[in-house]
Amino acid sequence: MENQLKNDFEKIVKTSGFSKKDIDIKKIYLNQFIKKGFPSKKLENWKFSDINQIIKKNIGYLDFYNDYSLPNKIDPSIFIKGLEHNKIVFINGRIEKIEFNYEDENKIEILDEVEIKDKSNFENSLIDLNNAFTNKYYKIVVKENYSLKKPLIIYHTTNENLNLKNINLRLDFLLKANSCLKLIDISNDSSKKNFINTIYNFELNQDSILKNYKIDQKANTNIKYSFNNIDQDINSVSETFILSSGSNFIKNEINCNLNGKYSSAFINGIFSLNEKRHHEIRTSINHLIDNTKSYQLIKSVLENDSKSVYQGKIFVNSDAQKTDGYQLSKAILLSENAEFNAKPELEIYADDVKCSHGSASGNLNQDSIFYLMSRGLDYKQSKELLINGFLLDVVEKITDSEVRNLIKNLIGVKE
Amino acid sequence: MREKELEKLKDYKYGFSTDIESIKAPKGLNEKVIKFISNIKKEPDWMLDWRLKAFNRLKVLKEPNWQKPKYPKIDYQDLYYYSAPKSASEKPKNLEDLDPKILETYNKLGIPLQEQKRLNGIAVDAVFDSVSVATTFKDKLTEKGIIFCSISEAIQKHPDLVKKYLGTVIPVTDHFFATLNSAVFTDGSFVYVPPNTRCPMELSTYFRINASDTGQFERTLIIADKGSYVSYLEGCTAPMRDENQLHAANVELVALDDAEIKYSTVQNWYPGDKDGKGGIYNFVTKRGLCKGNNSKISWTQVETGSAITWKYPSCILKGDNSIGEFYSIAITNNHQKADTGTKMIHLGRNTKSKIISKGISAGFSDMTYRGLVDISSKAHNSSNYTQCDSLLMGNKCGAHTVPYIKNKNSESNIAHEATTSKISEDQLHYCKQRGLNSEEAVGLIVNGFCKEVLQQLPMEFAVEAQKLVGISLEGSIG
Repeated sequence: MENQLKNDFEKIVKTSGFSKKDIDIKKIYLNQFIKKGFPSKKLENWKFSDINQIIKKNIGYLDFYNDYSLPNKIDPSIFIKGLEHNKIVFINGRIEKIEFNYEDENKIEILDEVEIKDKSNFENSLIDLNNAFTNKYYKIVVKENYSLKKPLIIYHTTNENLNLKNINLRLDFLLKANSCLKLIDISNDSSKKNFINTIYNFELNQDSILKNYKIDQKANTNIKYSFNNIDQDINSVSETFILSSGSNFIKNEINCNLNGKYSSAFINGIFSLNEKRHHEIRTSINHLIDNTKSYQLIKSVLENDSKSVYQGKIFVNSDAQKTDGYQLSKAILLSENAEFNAKPELEIYADDVKCSHGSASGNLNQDSIFYLMSRGLDYKQSKELLINGFLLDVVEKITDSEVRNLIKNLIGVKE
Repeated sequence: MREKELEKLKDYKYGFSTDIESIKAPKGLNEKVIKFISNIKKEPDWMLDWRLKAFNRLKVLKEPNWQKPKYPKIDYQDLYYYSAPKSASEKPKNLEDLDPKILETYNKLGIPLQEQKRLNGIAVDAVFDSVSVATTFKDKLTEKGIIFCSISEAIQKHPDLVKKYLGTVIPVTDHFFATLNSAVFTDGSFVYVPPNTRCPMELSTYFRINASDTGQFERTLIIADKGSYVSYLEGCTAPMRDENQLHAANVELVALDDAEIKYSTVQNWYPGDKDGKGGIYNFVTKRGLCKGNNSKISWTQVETGSAITWKYPSCILKGDNSIGEFYSIAITNNHQKADTGTKMIHLGRNTKSKIISKGISAGFSDMTYRGLVDISSKAHNSSNYTQCDSLLMGNKCGAHTVPYIKNKNSESNIAHEATTSKISEDQLHYCKQRGLNSEEAVGLIVNGFCKEVLQQLPMEFAVEAQKLVGISLEGSIG
C-alpha cells in the first residue's frame, strides 16, 4: 500500500495548487500514516470495530486520488424542503456551493486555505490520512453576538461516479463570544464502496452555543469515519445528536474538551440498524475545570445481523471539582444475531464529583407486549409502539423544535 | 532503630519477619531451577513435563502491559523461585514436629494451627514461603472423603484427580503470569469434595511470604463433585521489606453438576510504606469453571494490601442454569494501586451472574475496576447485573471504571450501573453530631458502603474484614 499512497499523493501534488510549505507538512502526515496504517483491533479504541479488516473485506483496493478539477452538477432534489436554511454542498468530496442567503454577510466570515494546525497529539492515523489528503478546506467564523437566523445544512452527497475511493473532508468552525450556530449534516449517498473520512474542528468561545445534528439515514455501502473535536470556553454549550442508520459502517467519534467553567456538553444518539450494518459511537468528554457538566444518552434498535458499539468515556481532571457527568446506553436486540457492545468508562481524579453511567441491553419487555396486546393491538403494532417510545425519549432531547420535527419525520416516530 | 521498627509495625502489624533457616533454589529462571523444584518435591515425570511445557511457552510470551498501574520492569532472573523452611524439607507428621518458630509466626498472625484452639472448626492449610507447612483437621475431613492437602501431596497421592483437572480452567498457555506460575509453582492447596457431600467446616489457607527476594507462586485447585458444597477462605500477609516482591498465584475452581463453591479472600499483603516504597505485586489469576448444570461459583474478595493488585477472579458459566457471583471491596491508600474486577463469560443457557464491586481510594492511590460481561449467542435467556460504586477521599487519588459489555443474545439481559462520589458532608455531620470523631464517622460510613459485600463473608472473616477496612483508611481523613 505504501507505493500506492505515495503515487496517489504525487498526483495530488501535481494537480492542486498547494504551496511548498503545505506540501512539506502534508508529507509529514503522509509518512505518519504510512507508518501506522489503518487502525486495527489491536488498538484499544478500535477493539470492537477493526476498520483495517472492514476496509479490506468491503472495499479491497482503495484509490486515494480524486480529480477535483471539474465541478459536479447539483441536483436540487436533495435539498430539504419546508425548512429555510443556509447550505454547504459537498459532492464527491468537492465543495460545490456555500450559501448564506438568510444571514447578515458581515457577521459570517469564510476563510479558505487555512494552514494545517498540528493536531497530531491524538495518535489517530485517520487524522493523519485526512491531513495528508484533504484538498482544500474552509474555516467558518461566526462573529461576536451573532446568532444565525436559520440553520446551516451541510449536504454530503456522493453519486454513482464515485467508486472504491477514499475521500477526506475537513471543516473548521469558530464561534466567537455569545454567538450561536445550528448545524445539520445530511448524508445522501448513491455511490458504492468508498471510504469517507470527515473531520470537524469546533472552537467555542465564551457563552457560545453549538448545535450539531448528524443524519446518516439513506442506505448505502460506504464505510465512514467522522471525527468531531470540540473545544469549549466559559459557559459555552454544545449539543450533538447522531442518527446512525444508513451506511454499511460508520464510526462517529467525538472528543470534547470542557476548558471553561460552567461549560456543558450534551451528546444524544440513535442507532437504528438492520442487515449487516456495524456502527459505532465513541465519545470522550474531558472535564478539565470545575463546574462543568456532560450528559450522554445513546439508544440502539438492532435487527438482523447488525451490531452497534458504544464506547463512552468521562474523564475528570483533579481540578475539575463539582463535575456532573452522566452516561446512559440502552439497546434492544430484535434478532438472534444482533449484537450490542458497550464500554462506558469513567476516569476520575477529583473527589467532589457526581459521575454515573448505566448500560442495559436485552429484548423487548414481554410484559409490556402482553399489556398492549390485551388491549387489542396485534403483535406488530405493540412492538412498533414500544420501539417508538424507546426512541422518542432520545428525539425529545433535541432542543431545536424545527430539527426535532424533521428528525421525527425521518425516522417515523410519533408523539 | 528499634523504635523506628516498632513505629513501622504500628501501621502494618504483620510486618515482622521470622528468622528461620531456609533452603532456596539457585537464583534465576531456567530449566535447571524447574527441575530442582520438581526434584525436591519428588514429583512424577508427567508433572515435570507439564512444567517444562509451560516454560517453553513462557519463552515466547510477552509480559502484558495494558494495565493501568505501571511498575518498573521485573528482572525474572534475579528472583528465588523456591524457598522453604529447612525444617520442613520432610513434612512434619504432626504439629509437635513443626518448627516452633513457624508455629510462633502463625500464632502471631492469629492463625489457629493448633487444633486445641478450634476456632469454630476451620481447617487450615498454612503455606510458608513456598511450601505448605501444616494442614489441620485432616481426620475429620478424611472421614467424609474430602481431600484437603497441599498440592504437592495431591500430585503424589491423587495423581488421577490432579491430572484430570489441573490446567483445565487456566491452560498452561494462558498468559504470561499464569504460564510463569505453571512452570515454577511451588505449593498450594488442593481440595476435592466427593459427590453429594457438604463440607462440614470452612477450609482455609493462609499464605505467608517470609524470605526476601522470593516470588511466591502457589497453585490452588478446588474440585466440587456433583451435588457438593465447599466454602474456602484465603488469607495472606508478608513482612515489610523495602523492595517489591512478586506474588503470582493461580487458582482454579471446578464445579460439576449441582455443586457450589464459595471462595473468599482477605488479601492483606504488605502494601509498602507511606511513600510507596516496597510492597507486594499481587498478580494473581483466579478462574472458576461452572462445568456442570446448576452449578454455582461465588467469589468474595476484600483487597486491602499489596502495592499493586492486578487480578480478575472470573467465572466461565458453561453448564446450563449455572450461576456466577462476584463481590469485591478494594481499598487503596497512600501509593497503592489496584486494577481489579471480574469476567463473567456466559456460555450455557439460563446462566446468571451478579457483580457487586465497591472501590475506595484515598491518599495518592489509584483504583480501577475493569470487568467483562460476555453473553455468547448460545447463552439463551441469560442475565447479568453489575453494580460498581467508587468512593473517593481527596483529589490526589483516582477512581476509574472500565466495563466491557458484550451482548450477542437477544433473549438475554445485561444491566450495568456505576457511580462515583465522595462521602457527603451531611452524613459526616450527622455522625459527628452524635459524638463520633471524624475517623469513626468515616469508618462507619465506609462500612455501610461495603455492607453488601461484607455480608457475603463467613462470620469469622467478616469481623476481621470490617476491622481491616477501618485500619486501611487510618490517617486518610483530614
